[in-house]
Amino acid sequence: MEPSEHFFRHEYGRLVASLTRIFGVHNLDLVEDVVQDAFVRALEVWKFRGMPENPSGWLMATAKNRALDALRRQRTARKFAPELARQLESDWALAATVEEMLRPGEIKDDLLRMMFSCCRPSMAENAQIALILHVLCGFSVEEAASAFVCNREAMEKRIQRAKKMLAESKTLFDTRTPREFTARLPTVRRALYLLFNEGYHGASPAAAVKSELCREAIRLVTLLLEHPQGGAPPTCALAALMCLHAARLPARMDEAGNLIALAHQDRTRWDRQLIAKGLRLLQLAATGSELSEYHLEAGIALEHVRVARPEDTDWHAIVGLYDMLLLERPSPIVALNRAIAIGERDGPDKGLEAIHAIADREHLAIYPFYPAALGEFEYRRRCLSHARDHFRAALALARNPMERQYLSRRVSHCEDGTDGSLEGGMDEILGISPATAGASPARGLATTRRGHAAGEPPATPGGRHPYEQMWRETLDKLKHAVERSDPIA
Amino acid sequence: MSDFAFVYRGWDTPVSPEEMQKTINLWRAWFKELEESGHMKDPGLPLDKSGSVVKGAKKLVSDGPFAEAKDVVGGFTLVTASDLKQATELAKGCPILTSGGSVEVRPVLPLEM
Repeated sequence: MEPSEHFFRHEYGRLVASLTRIFGVHNLDLVEDVVQDAFVRALEVWKFRGMPENPSGWLMATAKNRALDALRRQRTARKFAPELARQLESDWALAATVEEMLRPGEIKDDLLRMMFSCCRPSMAENAQIALILHVLCGFSVEEAASAFVCNREAMEKRIQRAKKMLAESKTLFDTRTPREFTARLPTVRRALYLLFNEGYHGASPAAAVKSELCREAIRLVTLLLEHPQGGAPPTCALAALMCLHAARLPARMDEAGNLIALAHQDRTRWDRQLIAKGLRLLQLAATGSELSEYHLEAGIALEHVRVARPEDTDWHAIVGLYDMLLLERPSPIVALNRAIAIGERDGPDKGLEAIHAIADREHLAIYPFYPAALGEFEYRRRCLSHARDHFRAALALARNPMERQYLSRRVSHCEDGTDGSLEGGMDEILGISPATAGASPARGLATTRRGHAAGEPPATPGGRHPYEQMWRETLDKLKHAVERSDPIA
Repeated sequence: MSDFAFVYRGWDTPVSPEEMQKTINLWRAWFKELEESGHMKDPGLPLDKSGSVVKGAKKLVSDGPFAEAKDVVGGFTLVTASDLKQATELAKGCPILTSGGSVEVRPVLPLEM
């Protein structure tokens, strides 16, 4: 039999998560060695003899034996998971304990536990997602570095530092205590959101890397959805947002790897199944009274996917959602997106006005799509020389060949003055969250939050939320938008 | 037709799970090719790269590795081919060659006259 796609990666994450429970989080390096060793064996044997009937079982059994060896060898030298120490110290209980710990049914919990453990609020967000990618998704340091477009050494350092912090936490996060689970949940959602964004909007020019990161984020958020508490409305909204965005991935780049603006995408290439899934999730997300920033972003994505032609886009609705998002997550990038939506709704003059009105727009100085947006609106006003200068400035800031190509195309459009077609839907290219890559020039665009350390507004019960009325209206609109959307359209 | 042994020596083991999976797929595809063209006699066995060596009349024992990493035997396969030339051509398809390893092609001596 052939292994399913990314089988090794996912098995790696599962085994590391399970074995860490036995060895203790402070022995993560040892765990990784044991798992790596089991994988090398699998590689050599399967190369010659093909995959066994039950490859997961094979890997688990091999890792278990390697783990037992390591435990026997190191029992005196190392301390293992404190809660298991007694069983593991007694020789007769050793094998039975390990057996019990590695039952298949436990694996999903192990993954979740590891996911929560990787998301310590004291850890930098880019360290959290690097760690998730490395230990939970089985990306090697090189692969993680290439996904984040940073050099290997920087990524190695980031992961090592994160592992050290994880080790210092002594025990894995306990997902069975509801209060702690709920408290950590926003941080986990935020990390998954950033992981997805890195794939969707990050600087990596390779289409393959992008879709891989998006797929991993969707896989992990699905895991979260399956948990009774994890599947709260904001998680549904986050998953919806991911699906609605990922649905457009196939149309987002042409054969040559060039970025295609939303207005020019071949909408028949959008993934209908993912759109339908996104709609279902958004429906679930809108059932309660809770409204999160993910609802708003999913709502924006929904406005884009639910129309067959770009000119039918409801920019009024989109501006309204950006208004809310800006209140909830004030950041120059969100403001820039809102300004672009205003330009789409009210024309280029208003768009430029809105851009110039962004209070902290100096933070956008290093962001290529800031001058690009200015260029776009100048272009629409037929001020071609201004437009060209802005696009040139943007080109100088481009972070990868894909952006460079896109922007130099716009420069030459200004120079010929011939091409009349507009690159509408810039917000699609822009992204909403600052890119998370350490090496990304978008550093310094960090969002100023309204004091929620956890990265997400508190739930809205009891009318304590400052914009409760607006929230409620937005939620109602969102529900209507979902109802009006025909996923098969 | 005669039998030949492919002896695999020293290759780099990929570090990342994804690369491992790719490597397995490459080997499986190559083995399948050998099977379908009727050249596969026995896929053979992988050998662990650790072990020990017993040497000389004094039976001196030493631990592996036994040679330079690039010379360590990691496994073997038996194929059938019309002659050494054809067997050597077949060996050129081995994925080991792209990861720093080598294939030694050795005719198996016929057991009967």
